[in-house]
Amino acid sequence: MGRKRIRVLVAKPGLDGHDRGAKVVARALRDAGMEVIYTGLHQTPEAIVEAALQEDVDVVGLSILSGAHMTMFPRVRELLREKGAEHVVITGGGILPEDDIAELQKVGIGRLFTPGTTTDEIVKYIREAAASDN
Amino acid sequence: MFDKKELEKVARAKAEWDKEAADCEERNALFETVSGLPVAPLYTPADVDGLDYGEDLGVPGEYPYTRGVQTNMYRGRLWTMRQFSGFGSAEDTNQRYKYLLSHGQTGLSVAFDLPTIMGRDSDHPYAHGEAGKCGVAISSLADMEVLFDGIPLAEVSTSMTINAPAALLLAYYVAVGEKQGVDSKLLRGTIQNDILKEYIAQKTWIYPPEPSMRIITDIMAYCADEVPKWNTISISGYHIREAGSTAAQELAFTLADGFAYVEAGVAAGLDVDTFAPRLSHFFNAHLDFFEEIAKYRAARRIWAKRMKDKYKAKNPRSWLMRFHTQTAGCSLTAQQPENNIVRTALEALAGVLGGTQSLHTNSMDETMALPSEKAVLIALRTQQIIAYESGVANTIDPLAGSYYVEYMTNKLEQEAEEYFEKIEALGGVLKAIEKGFFQKEIADAAYAYQKKIEAGTRIVVGVNEFELADEKIEMDLLKGDPAVEEHQKKRLAKVRAERSEAEWKKALDGLRQAARDGTNLMPHFLACARAYATLGETLDILREEFGEYKETPMF
Repeated sequence: MGRKRIRVLVAKPGLDGHDRGAKVVARALRDAGMEVIYTGLHQTPEAIVEAALQEDVDVVGLSILSGAHMTMFPRVRELLREKGAEHVVITGGGILPEDDIAELQKVGIGRLFTPGTTTDEIVKYIREAAASDN
Repeated sequence: MFDKKELEKVARAKAEWDKEAADCEERNALFETVSGLPVAPLYTPADVDGLDYGEDLGVPGEYPYTRGVQTNMYRGRLWTMRQFSGFGSAEDTNQRYKYLLSHGQTGLSVAFDLPTIMGRDSDHPYAHGEAGKCGVAISSLADMEVLFDGIPLAEVSTSMTINAPAALLLAYYVAVGEKQGVDSKLLRGTIQNDILKEYIAQKTWIYPPEPSMRIITDIMAYCADEVPKWNTISISGYHIREAGSTAAQELAFTLADGFAYVEAGVAAGLDVDTFAPRLSHFFNAHLDFFEEIAKYRAARRIWAKRMKDKYKAKNPRSWLMRFHTQTAGCSLTAQQPENNIVRTALEALAGVLGGTQSLHTNSMDETMALPSEKAVLIALRTQQIIAYESGVANTIDPLAGSYYVEYMTNKLEQEAEEYFEKIEALGGVLKAIEKGFFQKEIADAAYAYQKKIEAGTRIVVGVNEFELADEKIEMDLLKGDPAVEEHQKKRLAKVRAERSEAEWKKALDGLRQAARDGTNLMPHFLACARAYATLGETLDILREEFGEYKETPMF
C-alpha cells in the first residue's frame, strides 16, 4: 500500500529472435499493474544492465531460447553486481534444462520459468521477490 | 455442385435438425478452432452451395491445384521426410549427416547457429555463448568444406535454413560444389531466404528491407541462369505461426510475402516465369486438424489464382505451390513430454492430408533442449507409420468434399483475402512492416491464446488439466559442447593466416563496388567465398553500405 509500482525490465539477450514469450509476459505484467520496460531484441548483457540501471528497475526478466543461458544469466548478474545493483532480482524463462536451472540458481539467479508456466505464476513470483528485496 | 431442389431438401432437413439440436444440452466447451474461428455443430451442402468443382477444386496436378500439385501425389512418391538438424562444429554435424545418409536419407536440412544466422563469425563478441548452440557454426568456406566433406553434392538435395546471409551461404555451397567438380547447374536444394517473415516474426535480420529485397532479386536472377534447380526462397509461415498468429494470419501473411517477392522480381525486370517456378513455401502444422488441412488447400488455390490472373504467369509451374511442413513447436509441452509424440503425430497427419511435399516432425523433448537421438528417431518413425501403416497415402486429398473441410477452405481463403485488402490499404507488405501491423496482429493473437489457456477455456493436456501431481521429468537430453567456440576460433585464425591477402581484399572491394553500382551481388559473394573472406567480414561490407535494421520494440 502506497508503495511505488514494481518496475520490471523485460529483456532479450543474445541473438535469438523468439519474442513471443517476452511480449506475452510483458503485457501480463503491465496488466498486473507493474511498470514494464521492454528492451527489444538482440541485446548484449552490457546494454541490458545499462537499461536496468537507467530505468531503476526492481526486477530484470531475461527471455532466452537460444541455448546461451549459461553465458547470459551469470554475465548479467556479474555486471549488476559490479555496478552496485546487487538488489535487482534476476528472473527469466525459455528453453532451460532443469540441471542448468539448478546451477544458475546457485549463482544468484531467481526463479526461472519453462514452457507451460502461467503468467499468474510469474506475476505472483515477481511481487514476492520485489517485496522481499525492499 | 448441388442442384437447387436438392439444396432445398437439405435446408428443410437442416431446419428440422436445428430444432432437435436446440433441445440437446451441449458440453461446456469452446467450440472454435485453435485460432478462434467459430465451428458449427453440423455442416451440410448448404454451407458450400457455391462450390464449383472444376473452378474451385479440379483434379490433382491441375489448376487450381486445391487437391494437390502432383498428378498422382503420394501414389507416385511419398513426401520427403526431411529432418532439420545441425549442432556444434561442422565436424559434429558432418558426422550426423553421414549417419543419416547411410540410413537411406537423400535430403539434408541444415540448422545453423545464431551467429551464422545473424552474420557474425564465431569469434565475434556477440557470438559468445551462442556458437554451435542451436545449429552448426559456419564462419567461412573452410567450415562449409568440412560440413559437406565426403558428401556428394551432385546426389543430395540440401535445404538451408538461412535468411539474411542466404546469398553467401549459397555461394559457399556452390564453391564446395566446384571443389568436388560439380557444376552449379546440377546443385539441388533450398535456401529459406525469406527476409520479410524475419521482420514480421522470426526477427533475425541484418539489413533494412530495401537492400534486403535487392539481394533477393539478385539471387533469383543469378539462380535462373547458374543454379536452375535451386529453390531460391522458401516463403515461410512457420515462424509467423510459432510467434502466435492464427491459421488465417499465417496463410494471409505468408502469401502476401510471396506476392511481394513476385512483385519485387517483376520490378527488377525479371519475367515472372523465369523465377516463380523456383519459389517454394513452408507452413506450420498446428493442432487444429481440419483447420490446418483447409489452410493448405486454400493456400494452393489462392497462389494458383493470383499467379495466373494477377501476375499473368503462363508456365503452370509458376502457379503450383509446393510446400514443406513442420509440426508446431509451440504446441509442445514441457509437462508429460511423451504426450508430444501424440501431438506431433496428429499434426503430421494434417500435413499429409493437406498434401505437403516434405515434412519435419518435431521431437518430444524440444521444449527442453535440442532433440536427443532417440527422440529424433521416434519423430521420424511417426512419419513412417503415417506413410506405411495408416493407409492415408493410398488416395489423393481424401477429405475433399467434406462439407466442413470445403467450408473451412473457403472461409480461410476469404479471411486471407480480407487481410490482403488491409495490407494493400496500408501500402503493401513493406509499409505494413514499418507500421508494425503484422507484429501487432500476431502479438494480439498470442496474448488472446495465452489468456484462454489461463482462464481454462482452452485445455492443454498436462498443463492446465490432467496434470500429474509432483511430476518429475526424466529424460536424457542432448548436451551442448562448450569446446565449439574455441575450436571455431582456432579455425578462423588459421583461415585468416593462410589466405591470400591480395585476393581477399580484391573480393571484398568488388562486393562493395557492386553494392554501390547495383550490379548483381551473387558473383561477388562467390568471389568472397573463394578468397576465404569470413562470413562476418563479407557481410560487414554490406553493413557499411546498406546499414542495419532496427525494430522499434513494442508489446
